[in-house]
Amino acid sequence: MPMNPERGNPMRDAFLQKMRLKYNVEDPVLGFGNSNFREQENPVFDPEFMTLDKYSGPWETSQMVHLIRRLKFGVTIDDLHFFENLSMDQSVDILLTAEPVPAPPVNDYNNGSDIFDEEVPFGTTWVNAGPSQDYEGERVMSLKRWWVENMLTQGNSITEKMLLFWHNHLVTEWFGVFFATSSYQYMDTLRKHHLGNFKDLIKDITIDISMLYYLNGASNHKDAPDENYARELQELFTIGKGPNSKYTEEDVRAAARVLTGWTVTWPEREMIFDIYRHDLHDKQFSDFYNNTVIKGRSGMDGKAELDDLMDMIFANDETALFICRKIYSFFVYPKIDDEIEENIIKPLAELLRESNFVVKPVLEKLFKSQHFYDINIKGSIIKDPVNQLIGMWRTLKPPLPQDMGPFEYGELKSSMIWSMHNIGMQIGDPPNVAGWPAYYQTPIFDKGWITTNTITARAIHSDSIVYWGFWSPSAQIPADLVAFADSLDDPGDPNKLLKQITLLFYGVEVSETVLNRFKYILISGQAQDYYWTNAWFAYKADPSNAFNKKTVEDRLKWTMQRVLQLAEQYLM
Amino acid sequence: MKRRNFLKYTSAGVLIPSLAGGIGAKAFGLSPLTSALFNVPENDKVVVLIYLAGGNDGLNTVVPLDQLSKLNNVRPHVIMPESSLLRLEGTQVALHPAMKGFKNLFEEDRLQIIQSVGYPNQNYSHFRSTDIWMSGSDADTLVNSGLPGRYLNYEFPNYPVEYPNTEMPDPLAIELGWNSSLLFQGPSASMGMVINNADDFYGLVGGEVEPAPDTNAGDKIEYVRLIAQQSQVYGQVIKEAAARVPSQGTYPETDLSQQLKIVAKLIAGGLKTKLFLVTLGGFDTHEGQVMQGDNTKGVHAELLKTLSDGVEAFMKDCDGLGVSDKVMGLTFSEFGRRIISNASKGTDHGAAAPQFLFGNFVNSTVLGVNPDIPSNANYESNLDMQFDFRQVYASIFEKWLCVNSSDTTGIILKNMETLPITNYDVCSSTSTHEINQLAGKSMLHISPNPVSSFTNINFESDGTPVVIRLFDIQGRQLGELLRGSFPMGKHNFDWNASSLPSGNYFIRITGAKFDQSKKLIKI
Repeated sequence: MPMNPERGNPMRDAFLQKMRLKYNVEDPVLGFGNSNFREQENPVFDPEFMTLDKYSGPWETSQMVHLIRRLKFGVTIDDLHFFENLSMDQSVDILLTAEPVPAPPVNDYNNGSDIFDEEVPFGTTWVNAGPSQDYEGERVMSLKRWWVENMLTQGNSITEKMLLFWHNHLVTEWFGVFFATSSYQYMDTLRKHHLGNFKDLIKDITIDISMLYYLNGASNHKDAPDENYARELQELFTIGKGPNSKYTEEDVRAAARVLTGWTVTWPEREMIFDIYRHDLHDKQFSDFYNNTVIKGRSGMDGKAELDDLMDMIFANDETALFICRKIYSFFVYPKIDDEIEENIIKPLAELLRESNFVVKPVLEKLFKSQHFYDINIKGSIIKDPVNQLIGMWRTLKPPLPQDMGPFEYGELKSSMIWSMHNIGMQIGDPPNVAGWPAYYQTPIFDKGWITTNTITARAIHSDSIVYWGFWSPSAQIPADLVAFADSLDDPGDPNKLLKQITLLFYGVEVSETVLNRFKYILISGQAQDYYWTNAWFAYKADPSNAFNKKTVEDRLKWTMQRVLQLAEQYLM
Repeated sequence: MKRRNFLKYTSAGVLIPSLAGGIGAKAFGLSPLTSALFNVPENDKVVVLIYLAGGNDGLNTVVPLDQLSKLNNVRPHVIMPESSLLRLEGTQVALHPAMKGFKNLFEEDRLQIIQSVGYPNQNYSHFRSTDIWMSGSDADTLVNSGLPGRYLNYEFPNYPVEYPNTEMPDPLAIELGWNSSLLFQGPSASMGMVINNADDFYGLVGGEVEPAPDTNAGDKIEYVRLIAQQSQVYGQVIKEAAARVPSQGTYPETDLSQQLKIVAKLIAGGLKTKLFLVTLGGFDTHEGQVMQGDNTKGVHAELLKTLSDGVEAFMKDCDGLGVSDKVMGLTFSEFGRRIISNASKGTDHGAAAPQFLFGNFVNSTVLGVNPDIPSNANYESNLDMQFDFRQVYASIFEKWLCVNSSDTTGIILKNMETLPITNYDVCSSTSTHEINQLAGKSMLHISPNPVSSFTNINFESDGTPVVIRLFDIQGRQLGELLRGSFPMGKHNFDWNASSLPSGNYFIRITGAKFDQSKKLIKI
């Protein structure tokens, strides 16, 4: 079955070629292969905050916005208002509440001419329709657009960010698998467990159809075991590659044999346990796993070997340590040094084991800890493309044209997807099974997002939203900066306005000097703040006056262009 | 974390003494005959715009000597004693005592004063009036492009497609400082240099950058800045140009002077950049314009000193660097100030005011007559304009940048009579206009143009969807001519323009990667 991304698939290749042309796709070269990269300096943290003890310092805008920025995509004025009167406990508790499950993705791709998926009427879901002869590519894009939509409309919850975390941790490549229904189910599985039990998640993902395809589990057979999944399960999903991770090649082979039988039927493409493919022998593991023997079982009893495998892997201390390191890298700081390992990772791993692998208590501990609010954490990660683009979009909320239908709106979301691709991140399709290198690749980590190519593209994204409109095939969509300013707390006061704008976009606070430079643009080099105030209230008094509107709009454009290109805007 | 070294501006590092003054046109005894020897290729000519933000008080800058008694009456709080003023030989005006530098330039025959420049129906809002000066619109129309931006679009119509190129390897225009304005906005693209942020830019020319915090975040900020600097499409040429000028003349320690110093460095370093904008703010002197007890001192005096010393240092530096023949500079401000002064020792927003032009080739005179101060001036009284500011632009375009006079109207958006701003015919050398027209890649051809009814629009597609739209000269969209995806390559269609009123328009083509405007003339 031509499902593995390494193998050719003419349908997929043709579809992607079409996307490349339509959405101006350029594969960016990220910074990891570059010998000129600057090494990540060792992080500096406050020793007094090097603890998971509950944070007891002031709970002010600075801490609140740090929490929101790390747990959601971007920060909006509504976010500020929602959280401003809540305590840390209340805020974290709300953010750690899962979002309601969204309705499944629908056909938003039939275009009335050359694209006509007749099995699925426009506006209805395709997730139950089974494989499509001609429209898998359209459905994969539809699934990605659905994800973008969920991110754009995210509530006050960590859910969407956790889904990206798990997707990056338990990678499948959707264009590689090229079976959208299975990728939808994969997302559904991630969602089901995203704050829940890590062990259940690993078990379910092991026998997820898209994963069975992606890492060849579907081809695993007692006569010719395919070790691909069994290896990644240990190396990338659970045990990891820490210094004490000493599983052996025999362990990989034994795990592969445990997993024989789990496969996908053809042509129905259903996940089954095929007793005739299952290896009935006992599976002997190394002393890394305490010489565990998983007893070979026949018939449908063979399924239980998967539970034995999970028990064995999760009984090993490395599993909790590894996932806690990944959580830490993703949410707190990419690089983990000995101090962090000792004071943060180890206690978190202990907590994860105590909570029987339910991740929510770990997240709660972390996000309420002294360490998370160490000033050295704030703004210390370079935004990945999703945080960059989706975050900026959420904050600015560009108004959609009134006549924009669901198809055109879909094209806009596709344009966002390929724009994020152009700056290094194709959601649904990490570059390989290890995920995006910026999340794990030492020594450069998140600096890898930024190259001369991608920084230019990022600047073009922000410039286009400010000036001529974010590009999509059917419409260019600029932000309404006057409406944006109007939504803020005190748009007539240039100091408060700029303070709030930079608060929304910047990972760190900027100096008065920088704020004054922006103000200089906003008030066109004038010495008195009230010229802006007067211009703003003149506009407010008569919004239909084109002169008044243009006066404030132009100045907001010039200022916002600079605001969005400052290095601080790339931080979270 | 280790301490990092930051780029620091060091003005004290300049060691080469500037050549003594008087190396300008006058010193060489330039005559129309010898001036031909000094003619520079047109593409090398530079205009430096100095924006005096806030509204400069013209009456205390260029004092009309024959009006002094009336001025004593109506602006007692700010008037300066006659004996303190710097008289300009052979004229009826004197400069503010702080403007020694400008007086020197005038005596070197390289300063022109244009009296009472403004526009009809003066607007007294800073923002609106600034936009009028920068866009070159009438007081009652909105124009979305900058007047100099339209000139650049005329000169380099294909920008930014396939720019930089051998014909124009450098930015078309550079805005210094922390400004951002309408000035270099063309009909579609911004014609000015896209500066990712000014820290990157100052980093390129060795200026001061805001230090990044010494935290984990600071480490990332420095990294982003470094890459941003490397990503500058013009970063390398600017860096190289700056590096070619290791030493410069002495400048005062003011922000304006430091901006001008960078401009001189880049000009001498060989950049072909046409326009530079520098800014001096603080002219909005409602109160405390002059010092209690001494009207020749105070905020306004400091500003004028900063301006005139800065420009003088700049011209001397350019002399020393051998580039002063390339330069013409002008000052502008959104308005002058009221005739009568107020009790807070200041002046309120007014109307017309003088403009200064400087350079080796300016006609070193006072254009226009002294304003007539009404003896019964009240709060409503303002100076009448003698010259429209767009006449000054038109003159610079035609007589310095050598734009064909028949093309000027399309840039100015109005027919404007030019002024005698140069003493020499500097536009006799070979034109590079034709070369500039071909620089870069044109994605759009319109033929015939001018058009009376049907014209053929030829465009190039890169395979991504394009849209072709019609705009009026004010930048308002009038209609969409074509939208869709076309295979890579050239395409064309006929378009009927007969219903269009005669005048100037822009046809604009926008794709995912390009945005270009071409002028359309309907007859």
